[in-house]
Amino acid sequence: MIQVFAFYLFAALTCIAGAVTILARNPVHSVLWLILAFFNAAGLMVLAGAEFIAMLLVIVYVGAVAVLFLFVVMMLDIDFAELRAGFIRNFPLGLLLAVVLLVEMGVGIGAWSVGGITLGTPDGSAATPAGASNIEAIGMLLYSKYLFLFEAAGVLLLVAMVGAIVLTHRQRSGVRGQNVSRQIARRPDEATVNVKPEIGQGVTL
Amino acid sequence: MTAFFQQWMPYDWAWALATICGILLIALPLMLAVAMIIYVDRKVWAAMALRRGPNVVGPWGLLQSFADGLKVFLQETIVPSAANKGLFLIAPIITFTVALMAWAVIPFNSGAVLADINVGLLYILAISSLGVYGVIIAGWASNSKYPFYSAMRASAQMISYEVSIGFILICVVMWAGSFNLNTIVHAQQSHVGPFNGFVFNPLLFPMWVMFLISSMAETARTPFDLTEAESELVAGYQTEYSSMSFALYWLGEYANVLLMCALNAVLFWGGWLPLVDWAPLYWIPGWLWLFAKIFMFFFIFSWVKATVPRYRYDQLMRLGWKVFLPLSLLFVVLVSGWLMLKRYGV
Repeated sequence: MIQVFAFYLFAALTCIAGAVTILARNPVHSVLWLILAFFNAAGLMVLAGAEFIAMLLVIVYVGAVAVLFLFVVMMLDIDFAELRAGFIRNFPLGLLLAVVLLVEMGVGIGAWSVGGITLGTPDGSAATPAGASNIEAIGMLLYSKYLFLFEAAGVLLLVAMVGAIVLTHRQRSGVRGQNVSRQIARRPDEATVNVKPEIGQGVTL
Repeated sequence: MTAFFQQWMPYDWAWALATICGILLIALPLMLAVAMIIYVDRKVWAAMALRRGPNVVGPWGLLQSFADGLKVFLQETIVPSAANKGLFLIAPIITFTVALMAWAVIPFNSGAVLADINVGLLYILAISSLGVYGVIIAGWASNSKYPFYSAMRASAQMISYEVSIGFILICVVMWAGSFNLNTIVHAQQSHVGPFNGFVFNPLLFPMWVMFLISSMAETARTPFDLTEAESELVAGYQTEYSSMSFALYWLGEYANVLLMCALNAVLFWGGWLPLVDWAPLYWIPGWLWLFAKIFMFFFIFSWVKATVPRYRYDQLMRLGWKVFLPLSLLFVVLVSGWLMLKRYGV
């Protein structure tokens, strides 16, 4: 009983939050509604028995990605009139995208329902192996059957990260940064010097 | 507790009632603990500064926090006219709620845990990553420049330190072989000789030191309290808050600090286990051991707060990204290599 109630609560909130995300006038509100949608999607994952994915969804999307979204959106100086002016012009493109997504979803569900793909069990119940927790089951698969794909994905992400840093990094000259190891290595006898300047002469530092 | 209530009602209702009782059993003492720990914090700073600290309200000033609570409760809530009202009022509620949520998975004794889930540690990571939203939303919704600076600092700071905290926790999880906090505590029983706790392990001791420092950064305690640096940002994200909305931040902040102390105890110091694996020590109930450890870490937190000056922002970022991240990554490699050699064979 309580599962059904929780499912409809999470599902309804996800749908509402998703709709308000695109309808909200203020982009910061949009991001916050998106976060609510992520959060409720995580709740749905828990109900489906995928607690590991649910926690990762919250940690990665809510905890890191959405914070960065919010970070950027908050700092943008957005002209709302200009934002709305492009609505009519870009409407067909958006519609096209929505149709493509809908067709993809239909094809996916269709292929699954005729038995083309074996995801989970045919009756829709979660296919977690008995006696193994979510994390163990995923780990067993990732580090044995899909080891190569897993490592390839890791390398790909590393390359993407290095690429992003290389593209945006600028070496500025003439900046006097703090060299902590030099500061720590410094000793009193080399930091102070006793000089006795002649009259009329300065000290060279 | 569910079985107890099942005498009178069907399972569903008994479960719901037992869960609500469990929540109250954790949340109410936690609020009391927060009130008392604020008093302890002030007393420790006072002792460090050779002052008396709160000593007027009640015996030895014990009731000071309750007097302060009553005072803010009776004050007027001021909402700035340019603020985004809904978000402005939601932000402290988020901070406070999130600070309470994480306590659901902390084990107080063998089996004495509200939600004994197998992704306990991930749940804590997820919840602690939510904590930053209260600060960010407050900074933005206040529509004032100092809270906004504070919000940006907070979001960058929390993301930076969560990365190294994640790696530190991976080391613990690898050694314990589980994400469940109770299993992690059990794995620490007589870990090194007669001592209970991962902290006595030479490979994990540096991890604990880094975790302690990172937990101070995560809760924005003193060397890292750039979000409310009063010399630069007035009061940071709390600048525009007054009355109960301010008090909610205050309570949430200290509940978070207690949570981090509890995590230090549970992950590295054996949680509800006594420090030494010796039978007479087990006569002292487990939750008392846990509370003693939490209190010890809280003392360290206020000691540090009373002693050290505030970091500069670039130094904070340097420590997070250039020192802790490579070091914790190195220890992930070392710990997994050691376990591969010793526990699983090559």
